[in-house]
Amino acid sequence: MKLSEIIAENELTVFSPSKQPEVEIAHGYVSDMLSDVIANAGKDCVWMTMQTHSNVIAVAALKDMAGIIIVGGHKPSDETITLAKSKGVCVLGTKHTAFDITGRLFASGLKGETMSP
Amino acid sequence: MDGQLIQMEFPVKGGNFGGAGDAASKIKNILKQLGIRYEIIKRVAIASYEAEMNIVAHAAEGTIVVEINPNAVVVAAKDKGPGIPDIDLAMKEGFSTASQQIREMGFGAGMGLPNIKKATDDMTIKTEVGVGTELTFKIFLTDNREETLK
Repeated sequence: MKLSEIIAENELTVFSPSKQPEVEIAHGYVSDMLSDVIANAGKDCVWMTMQTHSNVIAVAALKDMAGIIIVGGHKPSDETITLAKSKGVCVLGTKHTAFDITGRLFASGLKGETMSP
Repeated sequence: MDGQLIQMEFPVKGGNFGGAGDAASKIKNILKQLGIRYEIIKRVAIASYEAEMNIVAHAAEGTIVVEINPNAVVVAAKDKGPGIPDIDLAMKEGFSTASQQIREMGFGAGMGLPNIKKATDDMTIKTEVGVGTELTFKIFLTDNREETLK
């Protein structure tokens, strides 16, 4: 599944656009604990979190993620959006909770890394 | 890189959460430019980020010195900080002395040092309470170990 398809199908808000909207998403990851994410999330994933501060951008960039999805209608700070744009990190948003957006993505075929082929 | 040694130093400011991750990001980019394998870069990035966050979260200031030799990437994170009174306790997953504010940001889960240990081939901590800590880790470039980290 492509990032652009995920954005369109789930009507995600784009806070900071992707430089590679056609990238194939490898898997999804859900966590608000940054040390967990830095250790366990993989390349080209989408990361669901309700953390909105600027450190999420450094984590996503370090892990070569495809994008961050801020859940529950939360909005990233201006500082976060500015940093994301300058680093080319894709930041998206949804009104859905972490559970619901993850369920939607899972139902449309995206899996976690441990269940990915 | 035959026989060559590359050394770089990055200052890290305590409490500067806005700039946290900058040193790890620079280190990652340099390793990329050197054509180091992605599996190695990934492990260096995890460990460097955690080491940098430890300085930001706990110390007044510090430096991260990276040495890339033909065999390994060696990173030394030195800080002027509170020191670690009990290293065994600090190594325990889940133990943390981080403030509530830091925990709310998603840090301070007591995963930092264990993450560094898991991601690296060698890790040593020298520390003195009230003076500071020097954390050194090494990742071999020739490592072909089974992939256990994602």
